[in-house]
Amino acid sequence: MKKFTTLSGPAAALTMINVDTDQIIPKQYLSAITRAGLGKGLFHDFRYDMDDKEKPDFVLNREPYRDAKILLAGDNFACGSSREHAPWSLDDFGIRCVIAPGFADIFFNNCVKNGLLLIVMEEAKVNELIALADNPQSCEMTVDLEAQTITLADGSSVAFEIESARKHRLLNGLDDIEITLQKGAEIGAFEARQKTAFPWLYRAV
Amino acid sequence: MSAQKTLFDKIWESHVVSENDDGTSLLYIDMHLTHEVTSWPGFESMRNSGRPVRRPDAVLAVPDHVIPTTRRGARIEDDLARIQFETLLQNCADFNVPLIPLMDERQGIVHIIGPEQGATQPGITLVCGDSHTATHGAFGCLAFGIGSSEVEHVLSTQTLVQKRPKNMRIAIDGELPLGVTGKDMILAIIGTIGTAGGTGHVIEYVGSAIRALSMEGRMTVCNMTIEGGARAGLIAPDETTYAYVKGRAMAPSDAQWDAALTYWRSLPSDAGASYDKEISLDANTIAPQVTWGTSPEDVAPIDGRVPDPAAAKDEKQRNAIQQAIDYMGLKANQPITDIKIDRAFIGSCTNGRIEDIRAAAEIAKGRSLAAGVSAMVVPGSGLVKTQAEAEGLDKILVAAGFEWRDPGCSMCIAMNGDILQPGERCASTSNRNFKGRQGRDSRTHLVGPAMAAAAAIEGHFVDVRDLAR
Repeated sequence: MKKFTTLSGPAAALTMINVDTDQIIPKQYLSAITRAGLGKGLFHDFRYDMDDKEKPDFVLNREPYRDAKILLAGDNFACGSSREHAPWSLDDFGIRCVIAPGFADIFFNNCVKNGLLLIVMEEAKVNELIALADNPQSCEMTVDLEAQTITLADGSSVAFEIESARKHRLLNGLDDIEITLQKGAEIGAFEARQKTAFPWLYRAV
Repeated sequence: MSAQKTLFDKIWESHVVSENDDGTSLLYIDMHLTHEVTSWPGFESMRNSGRPVRRPDAVLAVPDHVIPTTRRGARIEDDLARIQFETLLQNCADFNVPLIPLMDERQGIVHIIGPEQGATQPGITLVCGDSHTATHGAFGCLAFGIGSSEVEHVLSTQTLVQKRPKNMRIAIDGELPLGVTGKDMILAIIGTIGTAGGTGHVIEYVGSAIRALSMEGRMTVCNMTIEGGARAGLIAPDETTYAYVKGRAMAPSDAQWDAALTYWRSLPSDAGASYDKEISLDANTIAPQVTWGTSPEDVAPIDGRVPDPAAAKDEKQRNAIQQAIDYMGLKANQPITDIKIDRAFIGSCTNGRIEDIRAAAEIAKGRSLAAGVSAMVVPGSGLVKTQAEAEGLDKILVAAGFEWRDPGCSMCIAMNGDILQPGERCASTSNRNFKGRQGRDSRTHLVGPAMAAAAAIEGHFVDVRDLAR
């Protein structure tokens, strides 16, 4: 998994609440068996008109936000479908950090697995960052995960909170599967106990 | 931790393989359902790293999302969909994973076939790479949706690394009025708690109105728990549950049935067990529900009106309501019964079970679709389809002008060619009214199956209780 250490670039603001994963990446991008190129479909219906032309007023179609690295979002971001295409499309676009008052649970887990940093921040503070992001002169931000700071264009910085376990995993790019596979004996012991107690859960294939 | 445990506590604690230092747990997963859309990355990665599926017997795969609901058996015309479907077949063959083939009568939506096959049982942990896995909680099992990386984690290790969620209790006491269903109940709940109301929690539904529901109704309630922000919904198992599970292909039988039953009876929450959050609703006050906006929390009773943004509590809400009604092509304060529809969709993992088809057919019997309205009924599985046909429901629906389709997810997610055109307005028994969910610029109103059938017949939303016989 990709490590997350620091990230610098323009922050783009998308202020509506309850943006669901269908909005982040719609169904037509779910039929392929590849992750490549999903960034093109990110926020598809916000970004493109019915003829697939860019809508000029959508934030990610404007300079400097075409190169946005950070997204400032409304509460309950990425609710709905479990599609991991949501973090994949953000990542492919170049956005590896999202800051919002709240995130949906499944998306939250999916982001950890893909090395994306989600920062939960109270709404008033997010709104202060949004005000800065909306101005191209002040939209550049640097997120430093180790220091737990967001450095703003004027050089000042804002602290953020993160659980130590998630921070450790992101900083080190740890792969859960590799770690869990090392616990094969413990899993085997659990299965042996369970097979005795609940034999009907074990079937012949 | 108190000695009294909730249903959730009991299932969680009996599945912890080990506790990690960081507060997460390694949780054992008893059953893993999977389908074509979210499983390929895991299989691909495992093939590349030479890892096997740890317990193929604890996995059940079925194609459902991209499958056309007409011309079953013909080559899937959409190249991407066909390749994704064929990839599932190949992966299941390569990794020895049990698969229900497309042409098998048991094929259907993954959340319909799990219970039908007896794969869904009380007390187990069950996951699937699909957010509507919450459905299975109706049996008193801990069931939640996961992403593709977690699918791979389960295939490889039969476990997941999880943070213990909080426990919320929603009590619905009283009696649902005649013609009001589980769908109306869950929409009313989401309207009360909001789409983020259950975030970080599992929700246990209790109360006399829950007990009175059939398994179909309970599944509808648990299914849309995710629309209230909670990954899992739970309903304690009871005689209704056991009667449903008994005799199913993957369910325990003979002496094992007795042992299972003894265990299952120990699962319900202990009296006095505590919850992190408690909410209660009076079933007697719930009317048939219709969503008017672009989030499942945007819901009103059939005798209600589209809200007025001017009356919103703050600017954010005002903007959200305004955007929703603009997108939906509605006016502030418009009566719900004045909303005219173009299409109706009856089906999905929310409302594609036999009881749902019966409810639609009861309304459709001897009537016909309103001029200009088209409607389709998509049974949730081949077994539902066969049962409905044995009862003559297909003939009733077709005589009324409804299309009778083959099973699949269909227009709930609109990946299979069943899709709304821009601007089309649909009365849908599915679970999400998100912008563009059923087709770009399409307008979805979530309702129960009888309400969808009634709207299709009248051409606009009506109180199904006025049509019921």
